[in-house]
Amino acid sequence: MHSDLFPDAQPEASQPSDGSRRTFMQQAGGILGFALASPIASQAETLAQKLAPVNPVISGASPMQLKINGTMRTIQAEPRVTLLDALREHLDLTGTKKGCDHGQCGACTVHVDGRRINSCLTLAVMNQGKEITTIEGLAKGDALHPMQEAFIKHDGFQCGYCTPGQIMSGVACVKEGHATTDGQAREWMSGNICRCGAYPNILAAVREVEQSGFKG
Amino acid sequence: MNDFSYTQATTAKEATGRTKDQPQAAYIAGGTTLLDLMKANLQEHPQLVDINTIPFKGIEQTKDGLRIGAMERMSDVGENKLVLEQFPAISESLLLAASPQLRNMASIGGNILQRTRCGYFRDAAFPCNKRVPGSGCPALEGDNHNLAVLGTSDSCIATAYPGDLSVALAAFDAVLTLENQKGKQRQVPVKDFYLLPGNTPQKETVLEAGELIVAITIPAAAHAQRSTYLKVRERSSYAYALASAAVGLDVHGGTIRSARVALGGVGTKPWRSPEAEKALVGQPATEATFRAAAAAALRGAQPRKENAFKVELAQNTLVQALMKVAG
Repeated sequence: MHSDLFPDAQPEASQPSDGSRRTFMQQAGGILGFALASPIASQAETLAQKLAPVNPVISGASPMQLKINGTMRTIQAEPRVTLLDALREHLDLTGTKKGCDHGQCGACTVHVDGRRINSCLTLAVMNQGKEITTIEGLAKGDALHPMQEAFIKHDGFQCGYCTPGQIMSGVACVKEGHATTDGQAREWMSGNICRCGAYPNILAAVREVEQSGFKG
Repeated sequence: MNDFSYTQATTAKEATGRTKDQPQAAYIAGGTTLLDLMKANLQEHPQLVDINTIPFKGIEQTKDGLRIGAMERMSDVGENKLVLEQFPAISESLLLAASPQLRNMASIGGNILQRTRCGYFRDAAFPCNKRVPGSGCPALEGDNHNLAVLGTSDSCIATAYPGDLSVALAAFDAVLTLENQKGKQRQVPVKDFYLLPGNTPQKETVLEAGELIVAITIPAAAHAQRSTYLKVRERSSYAYALASAAVGLDVHGGTIRSARVALGGVGTKPWRSPEAEKALVGQPATEATFRAAAAAALRGAQPRKENAFKVELAQNTLVQALMKVAG
């Protein structure tokens, strides 16, 4: 297929992500199994219904545990708090930016379990038990990530507001193998809007990291 | 966004039980459509039921084709080898949609249920028959450049499904498996899943209250293997279609043996065109045939002031897509 989606070759099938299951479900599996082993089916179903784990309903400000940049953090937040607002308002991780707040600009891009997502369109409560990486988690101490270095070298920004999202997206884009040509990198970086129009320099930065062989 | 309670459902039964108890509750999977609409105060729900851990997963080869779990993400389905080999149009429809970030989040079940981009629907300050039945439709005489020319009514001219995947699914005879609150499953072809607006534009699909999309099955076919999805937009990426075409041809000795055609961006629902297919089958695979098919597909078009360009655009899109698969 000759397109900017896959300029050279068709990719290997990617593995569907396996949603994390909650521990108490695993524990409850045994109870459910026992219940279904009951000799009379209708009784078993009634018993299973009685013993079946019912996930709790969470309302109002409630404790949530989020693993961010390798560290477990606990916040008190309502279920309606997005991951973006949890990062910025509850954890002072203001590197992740709020642009449109509707999944149209990419400024809020973070990685969840290694995949880039828009943190404005997911709830914090849904991201418990997952590995969340933000722009603050890219550098190792004072050593910047190669994508950060490349953005500085190529002047991949003007006002800088979209930059954390561009960098998080760029890191993922290279890792996914979607930055192998200019056209492909442009297509697969299209979820990150830059109002200043620094696109040529952003592209140069992403392509340089890809060509350096760094896979992050 | 209104305050709401949240719970996870680990089985379909638990999920549908929640919406039985709380009819105004909504299911959340990727959240990319739902939270967008809730933030704009276009939908309010007292409870969200997280269905991500229900095992509606997997992309499996069956005897007749592929079965894809509704909870699979757009990116995983779009890049899946089986989908790419057997249904290139479906793969392309997914990978030309939204952005990489959104595709990593959005489930394909949710994609099928995404809602219109009509500006009047999306701004609560305006009347909208879809949002507030009987309140009127400013789009009829207003800003309608991105709205439908096929299947419209005096109540609504919105492209109720603005996306891409269901256009390709409708073209290639995909069937949805649904599960209702009684635990009963039924099969509905994608082409019959969406409703025309008529006098009830608020009713967009045949989905019952609380019913879940479990899986999509797509039959393998020669015309599906030789297929493409062509999408024309106002910018080259990350935009909704002004017009799109999902097409597949089975050509032998220069003659078309079977054809599938569906259009996006121009109908009030994903627009399967039996008229175009009829004009293709048994004919030589030439531009003249494709032009005749495109004319047939748009014959019933009812353009408005700002979207009249779509009649020609959709025909050219369809011809170009057919030329590509005819090779």
